[in-house]
Amino acid sequence: MSLKLDEIKILIKKAIPDAEIVIKDLAGDDNHYSATIKSKLFSGKTKIEQHKLVYKALNGKMGNELHALALNTIES
Amino acid sequence: MNETTKKKINDLIEKNEICLFMKGTPDVPQCGFSLAISNILKHLNVKFTGINVLEDDDLRQGIKQYSDWPTIPQLYVKKKFLGGCDIVKEMFESGELQKVLANK
Repeated sequence: MSLKLDEIKILIKKAIPDAEIVIKDLAGDDNHYSATIKSKLFSGKTKIEQHKLVYKALNGKMGNELHALALNTIES
Repeated sequence: MNETTKKKINDLIEKNEICLFMKGTPDVPQCGFSLAISNILKHLNVKFTGINVLEDDDLRQGIKQYSDWPTIPQLYVKKKFLGGCDIVKEMFESGELQKVLANK
């Protein structure tokens, strides 16, 4: 159960095309990441809605193939 | 999610003003993210109820649907879903969490 850093980036980019993504593999195991994502799509949304946008972009992988992704979303 | 699980979740957040769905217990968290929220609440001297989803797989899957949120921990204050670990941490750092908890 793991997901490559690049795959995460591609999935997010697909759903949030203007996203500026900085992502780190925290443990070097393809399973624990932290990501900072900046996008115009986040503006006017609550943090919960912003994080949901990212989770939706990951197509149900969050909590399954992907165990941990610490998120920091920023409106641009 | 079946009706029994839905009712169970409704009851839990109804009865517990500050309800943390977590992996493990507040004393023995089984995951770093659950530990983080649990520690923040302890640090703020807040009385909260920790619900160990590892003991109940229906609840573990059900709460994800209930909140439309794919991960655990999940914090509810006064029946309102506040967020997961990242959001609660951010709210704590900005002081917003303290306000929400003071107004509960």
